[in-house]
Amino acid sequence: MAIETTGSVSGVELTNAAPTDPSAFLIEPPRARTKRTGRKSRTNFEMLAWLFMRLSGVVLVFLVLGHLIIQLVLDGGVTKISFAFVAGRWASPFWQGWDLLMLWLAMLHGANGMRTVINDYAERDTTRFWLKVLLVTATVFTVLLGTLVIFTFDPNIS
Amino acid sequence: MSTPTIEDAPQAGNPHSAGLDAAESGKVELITITVRIRRFNPEEHPDAVWVDYQLTVDPKIRVLDAINTIKWEQDGTLTYRRSCAHGVCGSDAMRINGKNRLACKTLIKDVSPEKPITIEPIKGLTVLKDLVVDMDPFFQAYRDVMPFLITTGNEPTRERIQSEEDVQRFEDTTKCILCAACTTSCPVFWNDGQYFGPAAIVNAHRFIFDSRDEGAEQRLEILNDRDGVWRCRTTFNCTDACPRGIEVTKAIQEVKRALVTRRF
Repeated sequence: MAIETTGSVSGVELTNAAPTDPSAFLIEPPRARTKRTGRKSRTNFEMLAWLFMRLSGVVLVFLVLGHLIIQLVLDGGVTKISFAFVAGRWASPFWQGWDLLMLWLAMLHGANGMRTVINDYAERDTTRFWLKVLLVTATVFTVLLGTLVIFTFDPNIS
Repeated sequence: MSTPTIEDAPQAGNPHSAGLDAAESGKVELITITVRIRRFNPEEHPDAVWVDYQLTVDPKIRVLDAINTIKWEQDGTLTYRRSCAHGVCGSDAMRINGKNRLACKTLIKDVSPEKPITIEPIKGLTVLKDLVVDMDPFFQAYRDVMPFLITTGNEPTRERIQSEEDVQRFEDTTKCILCAACTTSCPVFWNDGQYFGPAAIVNAHRFIFDSRDEGAEQRLEILNDRDGVWRCRTTFNCTDACPRGIEVTKAIQEVKRALVTRRF
């Protein structure tokens, strides 16, 4: 920015010979709203994500608490957990379904939460983009791997 | 509240107590306060600094009076906005003791004058000088929600009739004076100024729920977007900050509910 411009902006003529650019001193907030900001996506994605957080949260309370009680409290607690215990549970489609639902809901719930954290705190667009790429990669990997294990689990593996 | 000990010997112990007690009972007793103001002048120094000012004042005066006294009697370079000085124009929103308030609606006795009273510009907007911030992004968000009556068809020849019940639907949000105290107390707005912010949503609410208006769908569409109502984390900072007592978070939730119920 030229020094004349800053002088007129402030309404004060800068007379000293050492020109410092006052625009460098402005305390800028991150990503200020401007006239150019009005990007329209025309989708309900944000609303669906918001609703999903509420609904999956309620379901997860029961799934996760039930899971923890079964795994850690009932029947001798954590000491009973072994390969045989897991194999016995996953022989039933009910527990397969429980674990699958819990895996998908928890991962998507957590990933969506991380997405909002990234949206809130990443200041530069490139940082934001790469953090989201990392997040999506980790989420997809975990969900697919977990799903694969639940459906291809072999109790007779040697 | 006042005890004889302190009234007899105002110098002993806490020298403020007598003055503050007097303020409660309507008497005038001056106290000495320290006003600690966040000063920033980009033409002089790149950093903002805290500057202390000592004043002897009646604790019943407003913070704005104290700042005026500083400007008129101690340091004329102190820069801030004020206009009506009676809580209507919304010019003098500032962060007083860490909380967004209107300086003209805050009394000295209510902001712990025993300790230095800190005054900062509202957060999340570019500081131009001292307590003056660039309000353009704030008003841009306000304009983006189309805060004006949208109707179709011919103008009626008489006034647009509305029942008392219909008025009450949005009455709360008509009280907004656009002081920006809510928007600049919002942590989401601090981190990402692209968010519309509570004030814009409040002013959208004022028309969305107005039975005479027909632009609700357009405004809801705007607020359904990435930087719209779904970014609200319901921290209630806005409701706490509003000098007009508007239930801001409730208004935002009502817009969310309207979006959910209209889309399904």
